[in-house]
Amino acid sequence: MASAEVPMAAPAATAGSTRRVGRASRGLAALFVVAIVLPFLVSDYYVAKLTQVVVYAIALVGLNLLTGFSGQISLGNGAFYALGAYASAILMSKVGLPYWATPPLVGAICFIVGYLFGRPAARLEGIYLALATFALAITTPQILKLDALAPWTGGNQGVQIVRRVSPIPDQISHDQWRYFFCLVVATAMFVIAWNLVRGRTGRALVALRDHSIGAGTMGISVASYKAVTFGVSAMYTGIAGALGALVAGFISPDSFEIFVSIQLLVGGVVGGIDSLPGTLFGAMFIEFVPDLAGKLSKAAPFALYGVLLIVCMVVMPGGAAGLVRSARAWHARRSLHRTRS
Amino acid sequence: MSKRNGFVVAAALTSFIGSLIGLAVVCSVLWAAGCRKGSGTPGITATEIKIGQTMPYSGPASAYGVIGKADQAYFQMLNDKGGINGRKLTLVTLDDGYNPAKTVEQTRKLVEDDGVAFVFSSVGTTPNTAVQPYLNDKQIPQLFVATGANKWADPVKYPWTMGWQPSYRSEARIYGRYLMKEKPGAKVCVLFQNDDFGKDYLAGLKDELKDQYDKMIIKTASYEATDPTVDSQVVTLQAAECDTLITVATPKFAVGVIRKVFDIGWKPLHIMTNVSTSQTKVLKPAGLEKSIGLITAGYLKDPNDPKLADDPGMKDYRAFMKQYLPDVDPNDNNTVFAYGSSMTLAKVLTQCGDDLSRANIMKQATSLTKFVVPVALPGIEVNTGAADFRPFSQLQLARFNGTNFEAFGEVQVAD
Repeated sequence: MASAEVPMAAPAATAGSTRRVGRASRGLAALFVVAIVLPFLVSDYYVAKLTQVVVYAIALVGLNLLTGFSGQISLGNGAFYALGAYASAILMSKVGLPYWATPPLVGAICFIVGYLFGRPAARLEGIYLALATFALAITTPQILKLDALAPWTGGNQGVQIVRRVSPIPDQISHDQWRYFFCLVVATAMFVIAWNLVRGRTGRALVALRDHSIGAGTMGISVASYKAVTFGVSAMYTGIAGALGALVAGFISPDSFEIFVSIQLLVGGVVGGIDSLPGTLFGAMFIEFVPDLAGKLSKAAPFALYGVLLIVCMVVMPGGAAGLVRSARAWHARRSLHRTRS
Repeated sequence: MSKRNGFVVAAALTSFIGSLIGLAVVCSVLWAAGCRKGSGTPGITATEIKIGQTMPYSGPASAYGVIGKADQAYFQMLNDKGGINGRKLTLVTLDDGYNPAKTVEQTRKLVEDDGVAFVFSSVGTTPNTAVQPYLNDKQIPQLFVATGANKWADPVKYPWTMGWQPSYRSEARIYGRYLMKEKPGAKVCVLFQNDDFGKDYLAGLKDELKDQYDKMIIKTASYEATDPTVDSQVVTLQAAECDTLITVATPKFAVGVIRKVFDIGWKPLHIMTNVSTSQTKVLKPAGLEKSIGLITAGYLKDPNDPKLADDPGMKDYRAFMKQYLPDVDPNDNNTVFAYGSSMTLAKVLTQCGDDLSRANIMKQATSLTKFVVPVALPGIEVNTGAADFRPFSQLQLARFNGTNFEAFGEVQVAD
């Protein structure tokens, strides 16, 4: 899967890379089989949790495109997650769209909002941008509570979302149906992201991250690339929010406190901020580790969560993807060494 | 990859998928068999009653986490005394961080993974709203939710959901009624937290003052739970020349209001929500002398009231706290709350006898008559019925005299 990640063992490039592509596609096939069979093996509760993992993975792809590839730190992606959730809820309750029709529209809305936010925000660098996005995340719950918006947002009372989605509940439960719906959307979103980072756009984004002035001199339009990346990131996060609302069956301002944004950043970093496959690991981390921490300690679940996080960062400083990468490099070095001796 | 190789891989994959599907079938058959085997209510055995709960142990409302700890301690005390009708109580209490999306997930875990019989005293209005349709669909009792919102008593739409405490809205109605009677020409200012907690009080005042509302309520000001102080709001309200102030604020802000009102020399008739009448958390930090004259309508005894030192109900409560929760401050009214609601649940389960079906648990919860919770104020009793889903519907007006809240007038029925 990592065939696009160039800075790797240069010798034996041709043979090695084809072998790696073969291995990657086999790995992908196995992953797909597991993803399809798994919901039939576990209870509906765990199916719902797996669905949430898929949803987080989409959101993390959005964050990774922004932070990992184009180098813009965002503490505010939770705001786009909320926007997507509410946009989808309003499209369903006020416009009367079915749940499966909302993701493309939500994506378009979030892209536009993200782009409009990104246009001025792109002038800010590094931590200043982080603060601007942080402000966005903090204000979101309060905006959602505004009386003026209450007819659409339901104010503090929140909005109930359709829970019976399966047309054949006796054969495929509602949870399984939601899972497969999210899986289809996620697969499409991953393919799009994969094509995006592999080509010209991806290289432009990395150039922006590594040296924005240099990238500008090379003819990359810094401002518009940054703004578009913001839009794309918002689109991914927003679609994840729409699916997340479907999984929870209920949304309210309390669902989108600042912690959601922080959690997304944690997931991004733990999975490997510049890796697409890593998002899956990051998503599993933010879905399952808090439960584990809560199970081990009632008094201070977050202290434990913090400890686990630190352990993760010490053991794999580049996230899960970084660990895989260095393991591969080590393996390549060893086999190279063996062939020489 | 050669053609032949591809064929081998395809064959291997097919057999792999085949075996996985086979495994899935076997598993689901076993699972279904397991389901059928367990007769009766999930979570109920001859020796155990398993109860579920979600609690904000982390996050913005983590101060309420102590309720879950006290519930657990209370059940421990019951178990030490032999349980209820020979069954021990197990409370599975999970952290939801006050995030409704997480509440949904954790409640599903309680029901589908832990297999609890029912859910008890989960904290928060939006968290409980999030799981209400799910629990009612599955016909699982959602008992004594720990929130003061008005909407929990809706037996027609949600026959499996029940609150415990008097609602904020009924409390506000009592203030409205009091003003209409004692001070009909009052010029009232309201300071409220800008969320459903605050807005419920405005709704209650409107219920009671009706067409007088616009005339009597001269000015309102709100604050956000994230604001640093409410000083400027207090000053604005004073400038409106009100002679009565109704404060709907959580403890941290109530302290600031009491102080500021005193410091700027404003002397309104000050009505304070019963959420913020704790001596340790509000009145002492604000200054007892600055709190003199505060009026509130409560239903539970104040653990700080020196007059209640010899009260048998409070003595039992203190003994319980000392033995089972020695690290928690017994002067916290959240633990008094937990003690009272756990005791009410114990009463319901005792009444159930050996029929612990979900339907009967709900039936017994709606058949409480004149049940006296010893930590409730004198004259206030728990009554429920098939159409009455409000365990507490009485409140007692009281005035702070510098050392404790002194009751005055009759017990008020808030309906």
